[in-house]
Amino acid sequence: MSFFKYIAKNRLTFTFLLLGLPLFLFVIIPLAKMILASASEPDILWKTVMAPEVRSAILLTLFTALLATAIGFILGVPLAYLLARHDFPGKRLVEGFIDVPIVVPHTAAGIALLFVFGRQFFLGQAFSKIGITFVDTIPGIVIAMLFVSLPFLIDSAKEGFKKVDVRLEKVARTLGASPWQAFFRISFPLAWRSILAGNIMMWARGISEFGAVIILAYHPMIAPVLVYERFETYGLDYARPIAVLLILVSVLVFIGLRTLAYKGDRS
Amino acid sequence: MIEIKRLCVDLGEFVLNDVSLSIDEGEYFIILGPTGAGKTVLLESIAGLNPIRSGELWLRGHNVTNVEPEKRHISIVYQDHVLFPHMTVKENLLFGLKMQHLSVEEQNENLNWVVDLMGIDRLLHRNPETLSGGEKQKVALGRAIITRPELLLVDEPLSALDPETRENVQQELRHLHRTLGLTILHVTHDFEEAISLGTRIAVIGDGRLMQEGTPEEIFRHPNSEFVARFAMTRNIFQGTAKRKADGSTVFRVNDTEFVIAVELEGSRHASIRPEDILISSEPLRSSARNCFPATITNVLDRGSTLYITADIPPELSCLVTRQSFQEMELQEGKKVYLTFKASSIHLFD
Repeated sequence: MSFFKYIAKNRLTFTFLLLGLPLFLFVIIPLAKMILASASEPDILWKTVMAPEVRSAILLTLFTALLATAIGFILGVPLAYLLARHDFPGKRLVEGFIDVPIVVPHTAAGIALLFVFGRQFFLGQAFSKIGITFVDTIPGIVIAMLFVSLPFLIDSAKEGFKKVDVRLEKVARTLGASPWQAFFRISFPLAWRSILAGNIMMWARGISEFGAVIILAYHPMIAPVLVYERFETYGLDYARPIAVLLILVSVLVFIGLRTLAYKGDRS
Repeated sequence: MIEIKRLCVDLGEFVLNDVSLSIDEGEYFIILGPTGAGKTVLLESIAGLNPIRSGELWLRGHNVTNVEPEKRHISIVYQDHVLFPHMTVKENLLFGLKMQHLSVEEQNENLNWVVDLMGIDRLLHRNPETLSGGEKQKVALGRAIITRPELLLVDEPLSALDPETRENVQQELRHLHRTLGLTILHVTHDFEEAISLGTRIAVIGDGRLMQEGTPEEIFRHPNSEFVARFAMTRNIFQGTAKRKADGSTVFRVNDTEFVIAVELEGSRHASIRPEDILISSEPLRSSARNCFPATITNVLDRGSTLYITADIPPELSCLVTRQSFQEMELQEGKKVYLTFKASSIHLFD
């Protein structure tokens, strides 16, 4: 079959390909160009890697996002399970509120958090009694990341639990399992892949957060804030190597975790 | 053994209303009803898996209404098996024993017992998704009985199986009931299944208990329009099959001999689907081996189709369209001929 005949036969596929391609290039070209430009100046990239404030910023970003994800995991998975298994009045409202952080501008989210966790407000005061403050501290970064990335974990875990046939839990109960055992031996392992995917998404979202974090904690500086600061103070050429480094680290970790998650999938 | 007293369950879409039942030790009790009648809800409520609105449940003289499902010693087997997909067959079987914290020796002892009983030793290390429907059902049954429950609940266990496997699993259930003396509560919409397996039957419809009795009582003396329709639309007879001198096999009921197409002998049930019977005003000359004169005794109007009951004897239900009904001027008392093929008669235990 000639090329033109093939196109004539698959007009829909071809048209959609034409429409989709620019979008794909739109994502890939800026990233590729930036990385390639940096790769042509390896000495600058190396200097950036070796700069202590850059390394500490990137490590801080990965660590705080991980901390936010851990909190999300411990408190969010149970909530996701409740939402998947129970119907109650106002459930839609609860689900809606959990997704709100996705649509709220993140600087606004940061302001909102400041209003509750700031020193002069009630939660801020309560936490300061046990020595935790949120302005310009690591806990501040963590709650900012937690707030904006939580929906990704909850939604994914909830869908995971919904896919587990509730009768599997019922059978387990009749065989002598307590509700806890039914959860930990049946529902949780079966929803694990969705939960893990949600955790990865949450972590990735935490790493990429800027707006909410900068309102609560300009310092200590996470990598996105550092990129912004370098850009503002010294211009494009100084911001770029850090940006490249941040992208490389995120992408590598993301790919690694995804591979890990899919490897565990037998079905 | 188990006493259900005025049970009411309200799950929104499924409702059970004032259901009372009493099942004796060692009975094979059937709950028969159309799809959506609330049968599964009833089973799950007995197992303690649904919140109940009112009523009581007594098991061996103890009120278990508020007892947790894991402490009731009631096992359940669902129609589509519901095996744990992330465990092997062996792990599925051992799950209940692990929950009971049995020692490894006790676990293995029980495992061997069930594996021998169900003949599933080849399957132990397989994953559930690689099993056939019949194999899955055997594993599900094995997983349910390995904990030695006081009551086994089975929810439409044969519906999802092909005819041959169906027969197999049916034998298996009968075998379990007889050899273990297990009390079984079996839910089905299939009348033949109910008669073939049940020592007693309760018909439920619309979330209510309609009638309770032996299979014979249910299909000979239905107490309501609902039960009658459920029973009548399936011509079911008890009789004897025997081979005749000329080599043909017949099924004898009420002095009438139907020619049948299977070579079986002995006391059996037989059924003929109403839509397989032809009604004519004259005897039909055709390849169908059965043609009998009969008198119409009842006409049941179902809209575009009608159920005509005609007495040979026995009485047979026949399905006709409104058009045929009008053209042939069928009515009570009219003499007609009923014709059906030998292969239309289905024999079962």
